[in-house]
Amino acid sequence: MALLEVNKLEVQFPLGRKTLQAIHGISFALEEGERLGIVGESGAGKSVAAFSILNLLSKPGRISAGEVVFEGQVISEFSRAQMRHIRGNRISMIFQDPMMTLNPVLTIGTQMSECLKTHRNISNSEAREISISKLRDVMIPSPENRMDSYPHELSGGMRQRVVIAIALLSDPSIIIADEPTTALDVTIQAEIMALMLELCKNNNVGLVLITHDLAVVSQVTERIIVMYAGRIVEEGLTHDVITNPKHPYTRGLIKALPQENLPGTRLNQIRGSMPALDAIPAGCSFNPRCDFADGECHKDVPALVGSETHRAACVHIDRIPAFQNAGDAK
Amino acid sequence: MDYLYFAIRRLLQAVLVMFVISLIGFSIQDNLGDPLRELVGQSVSESERDALRDRMGLNDPFLTQYGRFMYKAVQGDLGNSYFFKKPALEVIAAKFPATLELVIGASLLIIFFAIPLGVYCAINPKGWFSKFIMGFSIVGISVPVFLTAIFSIYVFSVELGWMPSFGRGETSGILGWQSGFLTVDGLVHLVLPSISLASIMMPLFIRLIRSEMMEILQLDYIRFAWAKGLMPARVWFLHAFKNTLLPVITVGGVQIGTMLAYTILTESVFQWPGMGFLFLEAVNRVDTPLIIAYIIVVGLIFVVTNTVVDLVYTWVNPTVKLVGSK
Repeated sequence: MALLEVNKLEVQFPLGRKTLQAIHGISFALEEGERLGIVGESGAGKSVAAFSILNLLSKPGRISAGEVVFEGQVISEFSRAQMRHIRGNRISMIFQDPMMTLNPVLTIGTQMSECLKTHRNISNSEAREISISKLRDVMIPSPENRMDSYPHELSGGMRQRVVIAIALLSDPSIIIADEPTTALDVTIQAEIMALMLELCKNNNVGLVLITHDLAVVSQVTERIIVMYAGRIVEEGLTHDVITNPKHPYTRGLIKALPQENLPGTRLNQIRGSMPALDAIPAGCSFNPRCDFADGECHKDVPALVGSETHRAACVHIDRIPAFQNAGDAK
Repeated sequence: MDYLYFAIRRLLQAVLVMFVISLIGFSIQDNLGDPLRELVGQSVSESERDALRDRMGLNDPFLTQYGRFMYKAVQGDLGNSYFFKKPALEVIAAKFPATLELVIGASLLIIFFAIPLGVYCAINPKGWFSKFIMGFSIVGISVPVFLTAIFSIYVFSVELGWMPSFGRGETSGILGWQSGFLTVDGLVHLVLPSISLASIMMPLFIRLIRSEMMEILQLDYIRFAWAKGLMPARVWFLHAFKNTLLPVITVGGVQIGTMLAYTILTESVFQWPGMGFLFLEAVNRVDTPLIIAYIIVVGLIFVVTNTVVDLVYTWVNPTVKLVGSK
C-alpha cells in the first residue's frame, strides 16, 4: 500500500446559494520517499488539492466526497485533535511566500521549539538543540544566533530555509510544498530547490511539490500530475510526460516555455484562459482552448487512458500527431 | 542604544507638544469673560476695577503675560484659582485621585470584558452570541454617555435601589491619597460611574479587537501555525492575539486620553468630585487660572500616555522601524 493515497477527492466551496466545486474527483498516490509534482495554471485546483490533504482548506471549503488515506488510516475523517498529531509531525507543509509564513512578532526559536514541544514531550533545551541542528541542515549560518532573531531580520531566501527547517523538525514522512520558490529571486530559487531535493533524498521524505514551473518539476520530481480545472488531465513518470506529453493542455504548457535554441522568436501561448469555477464547459473542460476539439469533446468528461506510467484524459489521444517541440524540429 | 535614542527623541517631542498646549491654553483666557466680575462685587467702581486689573497684570501685552505665566509654570506654579484663593494646581491635585480612580475602574472593565468578548467574536463570527454582542455594541456606541449614566441611575438606584446614585462614598487616605478602592462603600460607589464611562469605549474596543483578529486569522502565518499542528489556544492567544494587540495598543493610548475628556460628562451626572466636575464649575465661575491649569494638566496626561504607548509599542513590536536610527 502506498504511503499516501488520495481517492476520488472532491472539494466544494459553498457560497451562499450556489456551491463551487474546485476539485472534481482526483486520485493519486505517493510512495515512501517518492517525489511527486502537481502542475497547472493558477486556478487549476492544485493548491486546494494540497491543502485538502491536511484538511487545511480555507473556509468555507470542505471535502465533499472521497478520502485521504495516510499509512492506512483515513485521515480525511479524523477529528481535529487526531489531525493535530498528523500536521507538522507526520506531514509538514511549506508555503509559497516566506515573507508571510513566519509570525512577525515571535522569534525563530519560539516558532521552531513550539512545533517540537507540541508533538514530543521534551525539555526547552532539547527543543532548542534539535532546532539549531535543523537550521544547520538547511545551511543557515550561525544558527545559534538566528534562534533569537525575528523573521524581519532575515532575507526571503533565509526565511524559506527556516520554513523548510520547521517542516523537517519532527522528521515527517511527507512534505507538501505549495509553490515554495515562486516568491523568491531566480538565483535563490535554484538554491532552495536543490536544498529541498537533497534533504528529501537524504531523509527519505516524500515530497508533494505544487508548482507551475515545469523546469523545477522536471529536475526534482519522479512523477508528475497535470491538473486542469479541478481534474487530472495527464499523469505519469516525469521524463515521459515532459518529453512526450499526450494531452493538448500539457503540450501547450511545454510549448509555452522559452526555447533555448530559438532566441528572438515569439513564445507560444495557449489561447484563452482557465474557466471560472462556475463556468466549466461540459465534456472535456479544456475543449474551448483546444486545437483538436470536435463534437465528441463536448459529450463526456474523458477518462484517463494509457499505462500506469503515463496516461492522459483525452478522447483523441490516438488521433493527435506525435509531439514535436518547435525547438526539436530545427 | 537605538531604543534610548528613540526614547529621548520621543520625550523631546512631548515637551514641544506641552509647550504648544500651554500657549493655546493661555491664549484663550481673554475670551472667557471678565474674571473681575466674579472676583469682586457689584459695588466696586470702574476705576477701582482698572486699578485691580493693572495690579493683576491683566493689562500687560500678551507676550509679557505669557512670559510671566511660563516663568512660573516651569516652577510648578500655574497661578491661583480666583474662586478657591489657592494655587490652581493644588485644587486640581486634590480632585485628581477621584478622576484617576474612575478612569482606572472603566479601563479595568474594558480590559476584562472587551478582550475576551472581542477574541470570542473573532473566533466564532457566526455564532448567535457573537451576533448578539455585535448588535449590542452598536447600541453602546450610539447611546451617549450621559444617557447611559442617567438611565443606569434610574434603574439601579431609583427603581431597584441597589446602587448609590452620586458621590464617591467613603474614602480612606493612604500616603495623602484619598482612595475609594479600599472601602466597600467606595467600591460600590465606583460601579455605576465606571460602567457609564466604559460604555462608550467598550463597544469600540470589542469591535476593534474582533475585526483586527479576524483579519489576522486569515493570514498565512496563522495557517502555517495550524499546519504545524499547534493547539488552538496557542494559535489564537499567542500567534493571533499578539499581532492583534499592536493596533489595539495604539488606539487604546489615544482613547485613555479621550476617556479623561468623557469624565466631564460622567462626573457631572454622578456628582463625582473629580477634575471634570471641577472644570465645569470653573467654567461657570470664569475661574481662568483654574481652566488653564486643567487644560494643561489634561494635556500633560494625554502626552504622557501617548509617549508611554509609543515606547511600549516599539518594545512589543520587533518590526517597528525606530525613527532616526541607523
